[in-house]
This record gives sequence, C-alpha cells and structure tokens, in this order.
Amino acid sequence: MFDLIQSFADWLIYSVLGITANSHLAATLNFFFYETIKIFVLLFIIIFLMGIINSYFPVDRLRNFLSQHKLYGLEHLLASIFGAITPFCSCSSVPLFIGFVQGGIPLGVTFSFLITSPLVNEVALALFLGMFGWKITLIYATTGILLGTFGGWILGKLNLQQYLTEWVQQIWINASRDAELFKEEKRTFLQRLPEISYEVNNIIKGIALYVIIGIAIGAGMHGFVPENFFEQYLSGGQWWTVPLAVLLAVPMYANAAGIIPVIQVLVVKGVPIGTAIAFMMGTVGLSLPEATLLKKVMTIRLIAVFFGTVTLFIIISGFLYNLIL
Amino acid sequence: MKNIKILGTGCPKCKKTEAVVKEAVTKLGILAEIQKVEDIQEIMKYNILSTPAVVVDEVVKIKGRVPSVDEVRALFNE
Repeated sequence: MFDLIQSFADWLIYSVLGITANSHLAATLNFFFYETIKIFVLLFIIIFLMGIINSYFPVDRLRNFLSQHKLYGLEHLLASIFGAITPFCSCSSVPLFIGFVQGGIPLGVTFSFLITSPLVNEVALALFLGMFGWKITLIYATTGILLGTFGGWILGKLNLQQYLTEWVQQIWINASRDAELFKEEKRTFLQRLPEISYEVNNIIKGIALYVIIGIAIGAGMHGFVPENFFEQYLSGGQWWTVPLAVLLAVPMYANAAGIIPVIQVLVVKGVPIGTAIAFMMGTVGLSLPEATLLKKVMTIRLIAVFFGTVTLFIIISGFLYNLIL
Repeated sequence: MKNIKILGTGCPKCKKTEAVVKEAVTKLGILAEIQKVEDIQEIMKYNILSTPAVVVDEVVKIKGRVPSVDEVRALFNE
C-alpha cells in the first residue's frame, strides 16, 4: 500500500509539477506529499480501530475490574495497557485520577495508567508506524507500557497517599471497592458506529494542522539539511546528551502529532534514535500543563516525585535504545 | 424546564460540548437551563472518569467525549 502512495507522490512531483529529481526541492516536496498521505491513512485506520476498542472497553470497565480484583502486581501491567489504548486528554487526567481513588484502586496502579496514557496513544502509534516502521513502533509501545508498569509499581511502593491534597485524601479514606457495577451498554456495533466515526473525525480534525506543519518542517529539513548534520554535535557518545534532551523536553508540551515527523528527520540527519525517542517521550509524556492540572489533586511534592520518577525512566530508556538500536 | 449541565475543566473539548449542546437546544426549541460546571469537586459528584460529560436533570447521559448535535437532540426525544 505504501508503494502506491510513493508512486503517487513521485508522479505528482516529477511528472505533474516537473521538478527535477535529486534536487533539494524535489526531496522536500516528495517527502511532504508521501508522508502526509501515508500518515493520514494510517491515522484514520488506527484511530478508528482504537475507537472501536474503546467503545467496548471504556475506562469505567477497567476501574471496575481493578477495583474488584486483586492481581498481585499484574494490575499495574493491566492499567498500563489500558492506558495505552485509551485516548488521552490531559483535562481528563484529574477526573480519572479521582475516579480511580474513589474506586479504591491503589495509587501506584493509577500512576501506571497516567504514565502510559499520554505516551502511547493511537496518534503516536499511527505516526510512528508511518515514519519508523512497525518494529520501532512495537518497541516504543512496549517501552511505554513497561515504563508505566514499573514506574507505577515503584511509585506505589513509596506510600505517597500522604502527599495527596486534603480533599482527595478524604475520598481516599472513604473509598469503596464495591464500586458501581459497570453496566455494559447493550448496543450493536452498527449503533455505535456513528459516534465512533464522529470521534475519529474530531480527533483527526484536531491534529490535522499540527501533523501537516510537523511534516512540513520535517520535509524542509529532509530536503535542505545536510545528512549527518546533527551527528557532529550529538552522537559523539557524550553521556549527557540523553539526560539533556529529556530535561529540555519535560516542560515542553507538543502535540505528538506535530513532533514525530520532526523527530524522524532528526534521526535521519544523525541524532541517535535513543536520544530522539527519549526527547519525544519527555515532551509528550510529561508537561507543564499536565502538572498544573494535577496540582488540584496532588501536592507539589507528589507531582515532583511522579515527574522525577518518569523522567528517570525515560532517560534510562533513551540510553538503552542508543545501545541496542 | 430541563436542567443541563456540562462537566468539564475548561479544555477545548469541553467548550465544544457546550457549543454542541446549545445548538441542539436551540434547534429543538426546548426550554433548558444550561450550566457549565468547571469545579472539579462538583464534577466528581457525578462519578465520571473523563470529561467532557453531559448531565440532564442530574442524570449523566454522555461521558468522556464530545457528542454530536444529533446525539444531543436524541437525548430529548426519549
């Protein structure tokens, strides 16, 4: 299927617009059209699939399950996996957090969900798939899930309940594990289809501009920045490049949609892939806006511990990637 | 008169939901009091896990996503 798109892009640039192959402009435009079409096709497919899964397995179902089953450690993995398949809106992080607390779910498990959710989402996966291929996508998804699982597990061990804000602590004390039974909505697939389609369109419309801008920047760099440009500065194996990249990334928030195309070009131009992915995780996974929202339920200390732990794990992942990829 | 609450902490999706609800109500021509609830402690009383959410006469009708105008209209045809 991708060959078809590449052929179309080639035809458009070389035949229709008549730009000479092997020129910077050609490289840029070809990249732009090919990637844009490919990415949007992938986005559509993956977001749609996720939408279907989410319709049958909403977060309520997870909360209920976690609330009523003790899984001896596996609950972190489950929460993490669910975080991966549930779309993330940072504004939902607070209701979700409290909802889990209300259901009597251990803090660490909730953190597992919160860590993985922004990192692994359908948009990021679609973009990774399009730009880096399925192997890297799989590695990324797995890392995101493992990061959430272990990060949450460790955070759970630290007994951080005391650092929740007052009113949340109240909820914590009154939490009941006999949460409302998840009522499965008895609707057929066809009945759910309209709202799933509507959601897919909304998500794509929301990120379309960012994706296009990201690809445009990537395309420009692809065509005009010399090969190995970054290598001279970054891949000398200096140990500090990974931590530096992550520390720069954490306060930033960029839409995964916009930043992945840029990451891809950085990698092609010589930035070690571990550093690039760590940078991306730092940007997408942790952000100042998210911290601001979480202040309603967590004391600064807790947020600091949370962010600090995740940052550390991301840095470690970055190093590991550079070693094995 | 119907009481409609839109629960959301102020992100773009919540604002869009409010707009959708207002449009649906206007098109249906029904009398409704529309309130936007942004205080998190208030929102949690409805026991939802993700915003935005639409509550009609204190019953949660839609949660975790932005509904379409038709969907909101259908809520009132029951």
